[in-house]
Amino acid sequence: MLLEVKDLSIYYYTLSGVVKAVEGVTFSIDEKEWVTFVGESGSGKSTVASAIIRLVPPPGKIVSGQIMFEGKDLLKLSEEEMRQIRGKDISMVFQDPMTSLDPLRKIGDQLVEAMTVHGVDEDEAKERAKELLEKVNIPPDRFDYYPHQLSGGQRQRVSIAIAMAFNPKLLIADEPTTALDVIVQDSIMDLIQSLKEEGTSIFFVTHDISLAAERSDKIAVMYAGKLVEFGTVEQIVENPLHPYTQALLNSVPDLWTEKPVKAIPGYPPDLRNPPRGCRFHPRCHIFAEKGELKGLCDAEEPMMIEYEKGHFVACHLYGGSRNE
Amino acid sequence: MEVIRPMTKFLLEKKPGRGMLLFGIAVVLMVVIMAIFAPIIAPYDPTKSTKDVFAPPSLKHPMGTNRLGQDVFSRIVWGSRVVLSVVFMATLLSMIIGIPLGLISGYYGGKIDRLLSIIMDSIYAFPALILAIVIAVVLGPSPVNTAIAISFVYVPTYFRMVRGQTLSLKNQLFVEAAHAIGAKDREVMVKYILPNLGPTVLVVFTLSVADAILTEAGLSFLGLSVTPPTPDWGYDLRVGQPFLLDGYWWLVFFPGVMIMLLAMAFALIGEALNERISLGVR
Amino acid sequence: MSEPLLKVENLKKYFPIKRGIIETLRRAPVRYVKAVDGISFEIKRGEVLALIGESGCGKTTAGRTILRLIEPTDGRIIFDGVDITKLSREELRPFRRRMQIIFQDPYASLSPRMKIGDAIAHPLLVHGLADKEEAKELALKMLRRVGLTPEDEFYERYPHHLSGGQRQRVVIARAMILKPEFVVADEAVSMIDVSMRAAILDLLESFRKEYNMSQLFITHDIAVGKLIADRIAVMYLGKIVEIGPTDEVLKNPAHPYTMALIQAVPSIARKKERKIEITGEVPNAANPPSGCRFHPRCPLATEECKSKEPELIEVSHEHFVACHHPLR
Repeated sequence: MLLEVKDLSIYYYTLSGVVKAVEGVTFSIDEKEWVTFVGESGSGKSTVASAIIRLVPPPGKIVSGQIMFEGKDLLKLSEEEMRQIRGKDISMVFQDPMTSLDPLRKIGDQLVEAMTVHGVDEDEAKERAKELLEKVNIPPDRFDYYPHQLSGGQRQRVSIAIAMAFNPKLLIADEPTTALDVIVQDSIMDLIQSLKEEGTSIFFVTHDISLAAERSDKIAVMYAGKLVEFGTVEQIVENPLHPYTQALLNSVPDLWTEKPVKAIPGYPPDLRNPPRGCRFHPRCHIFAEKGELKGLCDAEEPMMIEYEKGHFVACHLYGGSRNE
Repeated sequence: MEVIRPMTKFLLEKKPGRGMLLFGIAVVLMVVIMAIFAPIIAPYDPTKSTKDVFAPPSLKHPMGTNRLGQDVFSRIVWGSRVVLSVVFMATLLSMIIGIPLGLISGYYGGKIDRLLSIIMDSIYAFPALILAIVIAVVLGPSPVNTAIAISFVYVPTYFRMVRGQTLSLKNQLFVEAAHAIGAKDREVMVKYILPNLGPTVLVVFTLSVADAILTEAGLSFLGLSVTPPTPDWGYDLRVGQPFLLDGYWWLVFFPGVMIMLLAMAFALIGEALNERISLGVR
Repeated sequence: MSEPLLKVENLKKYFPIKRGIIETLRRAPVRYVKAVDGISFEIKRGEVLALIGESGCGKTTAGRTILRLIEPTDGRIIFDGVDITKLSREELRPFRRRMQIIFQDPYASLSPRMKIGDAIAHPLLVHGLADKEEAKELALKMLRRVGLTPEDEFYERYPHHLSGGQRQRVVIARAMILKPEFVVADEAVSMIDVSMRAAILDLLESFRKEYNMSQLFITHDIAVGKLIADRIAVMYLGKIVEIGPTDEVLKNPAHPYTMALIQAVPSIARKKERKIEITGEVPNAANPPSGCRFHPRCPLATEECKSKEPELIEVSHEHFVACHHPLR
């Protein structure tokens, strides 16, 4: 198993209170596997992504858990050791390429620097940089361009090229296409898919479940800091267990089927004071309908159970109570 | 009420500049209390001459007495009234003139803007003190005229700052949205742009007050402000200065320290607020 | 009611490109970014037209120009039979009440220092439709209507206290309080989570029914068009390349670009088919390609496409396309 995350919890210590951004998240990613974390803004998915590469911004702190990457617990490494891994074995692509690229330097130079920083000789790096630009479909004459001379899609490709400089085993992509138009988004997704096929595992974050379902091998659904469901894409799409997963799937249109669209009522909770018991229960239509669930869903947090092989859910409808 | 709690929280937040801010506020508060409660705090009548001339600081006269036997401490306490009232009057006047002009100039642009900018830049180019002196001389010495003179100097400061902010704010989406609703220009300026100037105006206010204190002290030092026997720090400084070499240090020391302290206090508040605001944008 | 509420005729908006010193001295002709280059359409009362296109196609400029937030370079805008293209600001003011706009960025469209309740009430005061007390009452009612309850609490809050979805509801409330007949929604849900969009669109739909309101819904996401639009118009580099009833355009797209847009939308069911491959990116609007502007990226391009600009032709009932080789 390439990456195993166990019981990860991350809190933000802000002036207005402790935000329990991520609570007890457990999952794994295998070689050549594409796992997508999907959820609304504030669900904690980006925080999990930043934790894997240990770039959680202050006032955030990883309070507990293990991140086992190729057998080593990343949380126990020193910053120096972690720096050896960042950019080489694990790398990351962000949502806004305009801020993650230096606007004052040519893209070719930035690509070269990503490699020389890890000790690669400059000429070799230049060669490799040209190869990488080709790999991401940027014409080689753009080597000397500045970021503002490229389109949004091209800038994102450059970011991906930088991330792929050392053929990392794991590529973390945090909403890389959210700021892009739909045709460009499709081509970037094609590119990431080709990287996966060549051997890189992908940890993808998005709020768009259609995007998640279309390309991933596995999907992890996050709500209010908790992992509520995890499984293969077929399991999640064809047999969604958690009421939130079902609501999420119903809330988006599909151009190719006549699926009706139903909005999810309410808003995600304030994580300084999350609801008691299951964090989703105030918006859960099943909780609202079934009186017998009172005293359970609003009192006790459901545990994650394996419903069928590889398909996990944290919901009282399927057990998950400590008393069972 | 609803403003006080977040305001106090804002002030006490453990952020850089908290020390500066609290020190500045403490000093200003002290001077304000001095000014308001002068009749109670000052032990003697500051204008009354006594036979006890040139007395060094002692228990009877904590800051000593001057050439006319007047208690320096009482003069300091009563002097705070003059300083504060002149400076605040001047600053208020600057704001009343400078802010609306800056708004109009920034909002409409074009010829009005060019004309006003040229006028304001010309005024701004003069060293503050010299300009104030010229006006004070023309108008004649009195606290009100001093206030007018000083206000003249600082109008361009407010004008420039408000104009600059207006220029950037008027391109914001919420201003466009206000236009889309059909709001008239005056409404857009007053209801949408002006409230968003708040923090920056506050910072400029404190810094210009700091400067104005020094300018007022300068003017009164030159005898262009109050007339004797009204107590005023700058005036006392001037009167006491010739006696410094004779060893009567307290005549110069206390007024000088008060001027410096008060100006510095406002400047510190301004700096601290500035840091807070740039840190805490949204 | 056969007369459409809004008629746009050959609307153009050109932005001059600032010339450098040398160019000015050489008296080189001024070049323009032809953001909107002659678009025409009609919207009936109560109808929703989705204007679809990628960044740089001119759709946002078109929306703002129709509302005269930007001055048109050429063409006519006819609202309820009145030509509003050249009206002065004073003459335009009564029309402002009847046509509103909802912007993309819910945070930037609200003044950070105005209580959201006051922001919602303000349009009423601007048009003298209510005094301060009444306006506040109506604003509270509107807060309840858009789902921001308890409304007295929300009235007093400032934008930074709210989430993106909540802020967009405030923006909608502010636009709807005047009971407009026509609203331009400029990427109104693009900055909101996908799962929250349906709720916001439902809200807009409920207003449409209540006021029999027409909408011009500008978006780059054709799937949103499917949810709310009666008709779809596809824009590319300043021109409308296809326009027709929603179902018709989505099921039988006639223009290759429309087909490309449809194919690119992710599908949960993974049931989509890729019938067409287009290449490259949207070119610079200052230098549009000759002939059909889409030809450099089109797999079906011929010599005719490179030299002659296609006109809109009807391919089926009320379904028009500007292409020399439409897909049907």
